[in-house]
Amino acid sequence: MIPSTLEYTKASSIDEAIAAVQAGARPLAGGQSLMPMMRLRLAAPGAVVDLGGIAELVGVCEDGDEIAVGAMTTHRAVAADPLIGEHCRVVAQAASGVGSLVIRGRGTIGGSLAHADPHGDLPAAILAVGGAVIARGPGGERRIEIGDLITSYLTTSLADDEIITQVRLPKGNGRSAYAKFHRRAIDWSIVGVGVAIGADGVRAAATGVADRPVRLAGFEAAINGGASAEEAARAAGEGIDPTADLDGSTEYKRHLAGVLAAQAHQAAQG
Amino acid sequence: MATMETKAAGGIGDAVLRKEDRKFVTGEGRYVDDLRLPGMLHAVFVRSPFGHAKINGIDTSKAEALPGVHRVLTHATLPAETGVLSASNPPGSDVRQPEQPLLARDEVRYVGEPVAIVIADDRYIAKDGADLVLVDYDPLPVVCDAEAALADGAPLVHSEYPDNAAATISHETDGFAEAMQGAARTVELRVVNQRVTPMPMETRGCIGDWQQATGEVTLYTSTQVAHFVRTFVSIVCGTSEAKVRVVTPDVGGGFGAKLNTYREEFAVCSASRAVGVPIKWIEDRSENAVATIHGRDQVQYYTAGVDESGKVVALKFDAIQNNGAYHQLLTPSISHLTVFMVPGCYDIQNISIRMRQAFTNTTPTDAYRGAGRPEATHGIERLMDAIADDLGMDAAEVRRVNFIKPEQFPYSSSTGLVYDSGEYDATLDEALRLSDYAGFEARRAASEANGKYRGIGLSTYVEVCGLAPSAVTAAIGIGAPGWEHSTVRLHPTGKATVITGTSPHGQGHATSWSQIVQTELGIPFDDVEVIHGDTAFQPYGLGTYGSRSLAVGGVALYRSLGKVREKAREIAANLLECSVEDLEWTGTSWQVKGSPDRAKTIQELAGAAWAASSMPEGVEPVLEATTFHDPPNFTFPFGTHVCEVEIDPATGRIEIVNYTAVDDCGNVINPLIVDGQVHGGIIQGLGQALYEETVYGEDGQMLTPTLVEYLVPSAADVPEMTLARTTTPSPSNPMGVKGIGEAGTIAASSAIVNAAVDALSGLGVRHLEMPMQPARVWGAIQEAKA
Ligand SMILES: Cc1cc2nc3c(=O)[nH]c(=O)nc-3n(C[C@H](O)[C@H](O)[C@H](O)COP(=O)(O)OP(=O)(O)OC[C@H]3O[C@@H](n4cnc5c(N)ncnc54)[C@H](O)[C@@H]3O)c2cc1C
Repeated sequence: MIPSTLEYTKASSIDEAIAAVQAGARPLAGGQSLMPMMRLRLAAPGAVVDLGGIAELVGVCEDGDEIAVGAMTTHRAVAADPLIGEHCRVVAQAASGVGSLVIRGRGTIGGSLAHADPHGDLPAAILAVGGAVIARGPGGERRIEIGDLITSYLTTSLADDEIITQVRLPKGNGRSAYAKFHRRAIDWSIVGVGVAIGADGVRAAATGVADRPVRLAGFEAAINGGASAEEAARAAGEGIDPTADLDGSTEYKRHLAGVLAAQAHQAAQG
Repeated sequence: MATMETKAAGGIGDAVLRKEDRKFVTGEGRYVDDLRLPGMLHAVFVRSPFGHAKINGIDTSKAEALPGVHRVLTHATLPAETGVLSASNPPGSDVRQPEQPLLARDEVRYVGEPVAIVIADDRYIAKDGADLVLVDYDPLPVVCDAEAALADGAPLVHSEYPDNAAATISHETDGFAEAMQGAARTVELRVVNQRVTPMPMETRGCIGDWQQATGEVTLYTSTQVAHFVRTFVSIVCGTSEAKVRVVTPDVGGGFGAKLNTYREEFAVCSASRAVGVPIKWIEDRSENAVATIHGRDQVQYYTAGVDESGKVVALKFDAIQNNGAYHQLLTPSISHLTVFMVPGCYDIQNISIRMRQAFTNTTPTDAYRGAGRPEATHGIERLMDAIADDLGMDAAEVRRVNFIKPEQFPYSSSTGLVYDSGEYDATLDEALRLSDYAGFEARRAASEANGKYRGIGLSTYVEVCGLAPSAVTAAIGIGAPGWEHSTVRLHPTGKATVITGTSPHGQGHATSWSQIVQTELGIPFDDVEVIHGDTAFQPYGLGTYGSRSLAVGGVALYRSLGKVREKAREIAANLLECSVEDLEWTGTSWQVKGSPDRAKTIQELAGAAWAASSMPEGVEPVLEATTFHDPPNFTFPFGTHVCEVEIDPATGRIEIVNYTAVDDCGNVINPLIVDGQVHGGIIQGLGQALYEETVYGEDGQMLTPTLVEYLVPSAADVPEMTLARTTTPSPSNPMGVKGIGEAGTIAASSAIVNAAVDALSGLGVRHLEMPMQPARVWGAIQEAKA
């Protein structure tokens, strides 16, 4: 559990961070995923650049139809934020269920998306509301829809020299909720489902059932077609093929996706 | 939770707060990793990434070229005096004892086996160096499952043992076959007691400090058994035992994992000898998962012959224990502890036992909290429920029918033990009352109306502890005796130092031992200091494990206190110019019977004994006494745990909604400490029942090397517990004490599994294996419904 030798710098501006990343440094946000990977020597960056000193990456504000969340905003801040609670409750709920208090106090929304863990809660919740990120690199900024950001296990479409500066959450998702199933209080989701009831119908997105967060098309089609939550739950497993592991079989995880989608749907209405 | 007042008093039976806790909660505890010796270097071990492989060669040149790396040692380059580790082979036994070179010689047999040691300026460089050691491996076939290892044609863990058999224990009572044949019915059950990892908060770690000029070596190590380690250092490192000092600083938990002698402990000593400076090694968490012993991993096949009343008339027990790739200090003996307790608290006189032990390509198993007894208890308690189920009897009733009755004590078991005392109905009655067993069906109906399954489960356990009469340890192949040492030393000012051979690592001996001193000698609790865990201060001590500390070490202390008191009496008689018979002990002083004004306090007598100016004829100065106490028998704590669960059929999650424990550990020194041991013990049993499992893949890789995969319950995951006690003193020692360190763990897993099986029994579920994770429970529900 000892990381290999590395250089550490702390950036004080986004430009400084991008310069460091361009030079090969790995961004360090809350360190709640990167540090364990480094300690297990699954990651061995020669240099890291700490984003923790960049004030403009922290905070939540309204921006037209969207809420702009700084990439370095912690899970704890996201969970408690009134704007997010009002307009995107599912995201606040997902953040409030991450790990433990200590982890929520350090881990960040940007780090969660960039890390792209197939069991991460934030990516599924943000997919349920149809959010996006703003990425900035040496050539400037671009917007990446969440469905295009995470491409596989721990893999994103960010360029090597880009960092996430903001997460954009569309308003109008107040009626939404997140349901998570895990073993111990501190554990990652085995499966987690976010449901948002928006103007264009119900959207449901799950974590833990694929190599990336995915929409539960079967559930959405059923519920939007007027099926009961129980019926829709049975359709939730359609089109997903979760990997069997120590946490359960493919069949079990498909089943859980349905149970959690129904739970979240129920909670979203309240 | 049992409620009790925290009194300022400090004698036997008082719930005083632990005197050692202040330093721990304020961060002043001092563990191995807190120690820094001048010139010290740091070691990291290169470990096998394969479950089984041949080593063709090791290239250390790249690592040695890394700036900051001082030396890389392999088997070939360790000092020539270094021997191999091999536990003593008990005479007449069939136990196989493969040699363990400190660093692998030409073959590795489990993931994590040490291959080389890199010594560098700090741990970080040493780790980078370890990554640069190139080992040329040829992978070999692997077998991790014990039943598979014993099957024909299995890959061989040690080519010299063509059947992977490590040892076998067989035992059958006369008349067993007839009794089994005559049984009205038979009940069969297969039970798997999965592999688990002890996971103490502090991992292992040690510092070897070899003095080149004198050949003296000091080893600082996180252990439960400093003296064993010293003996083995002298043997393995090739030096005089008299030149070896082993120091145990504060130890952050052991659970049996540190009741051992490990290759790393010897390797740092030999490396220090080779390099000429002190060498520190601190195990990291993932290393701990593969390099420190595991526990359990036993598959059991029960056949019970039962009469129509539910009485077991004959019991067949055929089990397979996974010993891992090598034998650690006690590995083959753990099976004996299971075998001893196969009948549990039941009067089962016709018994047939076969316990086969297998080598596999896994980390060695050894003592883990309960060590052999949880396996036996879990199995027999599951079997009792299976019998109840078969006969349509109540689970409590079938137990009562089979209990050993109070008038049968001392009770000779069919496995060769003599149970000291017990009143099993009493704890059962109390536990049923406290858990409102009678009202359960109404609660079940309420849960069902809510869409949940509810179940209640019992575990009526007895365990054998207070290890151990030395004749017995010899008989079951433990290469060490079971006695314990104590010295009580009174200082001129009347304060006391207790030197104990026990080795607390969380159990609170400084507190309990001080309470014993206060009651037996009248020296206040706060005036007592307890020294342990340093071979330079103590005669031989056997350490802390097997719930032995109080029943053996505490009794050794009690006897030394008696000796001091009697010596003080002679000095008092001399000072008070009377005969010893004229004196009575008041609890704090010797006084002339009926004359409180003619008395000498123990403190005055300590001063007088030191001053030595008016000593009785032939009495030596100073109040000090030493005892080596070899217990005449084990002790047998017992109790009843009742667990009530609710299961959510949608997810398979089990929630413990009630947990009641009524334990009987004989007389109690400190109720707070006993409660703490029961709480922690139950949580560890709960961990095994619901969360924990050490899993190997087919290829020999460990799939649970971090705390993300190996799930240890946290405070947020444990239920409220209702604790109570009955008191049946042990007749085997003058204090009437038993032991409580392992009881909770021994009892808990079966109570929880029995409750879960009960909850699903309406669906036809008859058994659940551990850990009962949601996916497994959900799967069982689906299968039962299909
Ligand atoms: C015990 C434990 C339990 C946990 N449980 C959960 C859980 O239940 N649910 C859950 O969702 N998560 C859980 N987490 C993970 C937690 O949410 C992390 O905080 C998160 O995965 C990563 O965020 P971070 O800020 O810590 O990022 P870091 O660990 O610092 O970085 C993670 C990765 O993202 C990159 N990165 C970080 N920020 C940026 C950026 N702005 N732009 C580009 N790249 C960036 C880093 O280079 C790195 O590759 C848990 C973690 C732990 C240790």
